[in-house]
Amino acid sequence: MKKQGKQTYVLSSGVSIVAAHTLVGTKEKHGPLANYFKDYFTDDTFGQPTFEKAEREMLLTTITEMLKKNKINIDDIDIYIGGDILNQLVTTNYVAEQLQIPFIGAYSACSSVTESIALASALIDGNFCGKILCSACSHFSTAERQYRFPLEFGNQRQAYSQWTVTGAGCMLLSKEDSACPKVTKICFGKVVDYGVLDLANMGAAMAPAAADTLHTFFIDTNTTPTDYDLIATGDLGKLGSDIFRDLLAKDGINLGNNYIDCGHMIFNEDEQCMQGGSGAGCSASVFSGYIYTKLKEKKFKKVLLLATGALMSTTTNQQGDSIPAISHLIMVEA
Amino acid sequence: MVSNLLMYLKVFFVGGVICSIAELILIKTKITPARILVLFLMIGAVLGGFNLWNYVVEWAGAGATLPIIGFGNSLAKGAIEGATSGGFFGALGGGLMATSAGISVSIGLSYLVCLFSSSKTKKF
Amino acid sequence: MNKNQRNADYLIYVENQSPKSGWFVSLFRAFIMGGTICCFGQMISDVLKSFYPTMNLLTVGAWVNIVVISLTIFLTAFGVFDVLAKYGGAGTFIPISGFANSIASCAIEYKKEGLVFGVGAKMFYVAGPVLVNGVAYSMLVGIIYFVVSLF
Repeated sequence: MKKQGKQTYVLSSGVSIVAAHTLVGTKEKHGPLANYFKDYFTDDTFGQPTFEKAEREMLLTTITEMLKKNKINIDDIDIYIGGDILNQLVTTNYVAEQLQIPFIGAYSACSSVTESIALASALIDGNFCGKILCSACSHFSTAERQYRFPLEFGNQRQAYSQWTVTGAGCMLLSKEDSACPKVTKICFGKVVDYGVLDLANMGAAMAPAAADTLHTFFIDTNTTPTDYDLIATGDLGKLGSDIFRDLLAKDGINLGNNYIDCGHMIFNEDEQCMQGGSGAGCSASVFSGYIYTKLKEKKFKKVLLLATGALMSTTTNQQGDSIPAISHLIMVEA
Repeated sequence: MVSNLLMYLKVFFVGGVICSIAELILIKTKITPARILVLFLMIGAVLGGFNLWNYVVEWAGAGATLPIIGFGNSLAKGAIEGATSGGFFGALGGGLMATSAGISVSIGLSYLVCLFSSSKTKKF
Repeated sequence: MNKNQRNADYLIYVENQSPKSGWFVSLFRAFIMGGTICCFGQMISDVLKSFYPTMNLLTVGAWVNIVVISLTIFLTAFGVFDVLAKYGGAGTFIPISGFANSIASCAIEYKKEGLVFGVGAKMFYVAGPVLVNGVAYSMLVGIIYFVVSLF
């Protein structure tokens, strides 16, 4: 692995994503990506007494399903790296306790999926590990409880708000050289804060971080948007991705039709999710469901994924601090 | 009958207008619902303190008492009544006394329903 | 360009980009919902007055509040109120129903954290500001009135 430019690292041989699996809720299953979300669940309490327990059960099921389908023994995995958006990463921590393998918690809110993959790729490429399990997940009801209001509280959503995705995605990264999609470059983002205060307007808070990372990546690698089949941001939503395009256009980078936003494409327009989906589960499920499948079918050859995370807490927000954001990038080649 | 219908029109109008003003503030500014509630409560307390909201209540009945302004009005009027009948301690407790039934029912019944009801994920 | 200037420019830009809720429709819905709830209250008060003509106005008012509050709490418990509120906006939270909903929804939501620290402590997570401010203002009004009436 060697450094290229300021923030980008080129992996020496590429790290294979040998398996990926996703599990989503009903609302996501009814969205435009239904064909790519094979597994879903209708009861979003998962038969558990609390939503927090339900989220854990969802993540654990996703991981065990992936291991079962690909006939992988959990003890062959060296490290588990993952994150979610709840305080103290409770979901991932409790699931790691169930799995009983070494665990690194990676928190960058909704950017957890790319942070996990990037860290895992670096560890594998440096010959420290053979197999690493990565995951990210979110649940609408737990996020609502922690960040907003009680579920039965009668409030109206702003037209620029987003809907937390109920879903989990996990991937298995391995050193073995297979025909599977490979992570070839990673780019760690900087924390960027453009002074957005409104908790409902996550897209606007996170767009500058994504733009910063992507701009740096293009300079580091000396490439342009047309060199890639797909550039996907995590959960900027419709408004956020418009802002993202504008910010990059100001720097002279024009994104074409190959740019998508996972949050924007996960829900139907008529489902009243306003600007689209958000949450760590959004980019995780779209990547391991849709993008990974397309990469395996060789429909996409070169893909950039920039999951975006807003790093505030409700406490800092109430104290009047603006929302810092981060975006880590991974480049995956078929 | 006609006077009855007219009364309902007045109730509807006043209640509707108060709510629309709140909605307008909600849309045009970034003030959160909780802050608007507090703002309206304060307006109610001030109007009640000067005994002005009474005229609206007489004119529009429930249209003036049900919105949160009416709650502020009762709090202020209760305090004034307490001060006239019970002196200093009446002034301190009168507001809560006047609204105690509503607050108690809210707390007690909420306690009761939470024992058998669970929150469900929003559909939209 | 310094950071403050950059952020200020960005916020103006975001404000212009952000879609606004259709204000005429929202206003109309709030008007209808608020008016309906108040008329419902008026109806209860009229029914009470026809049965008990001697009941004083304050007691009638208290009964109206109690009925609206109870109904709201039951609707919240059955998961209906948040749907109504999504339609009505300020029309549902400005009348006393909003106060009742905020208490009931918190109680139902946080019972999973136990009856003491869940329901007991977090019941007023949303309604707290209203109660605290209300009691403070009423004390202020009472004390001012008391002091003024001394002279």
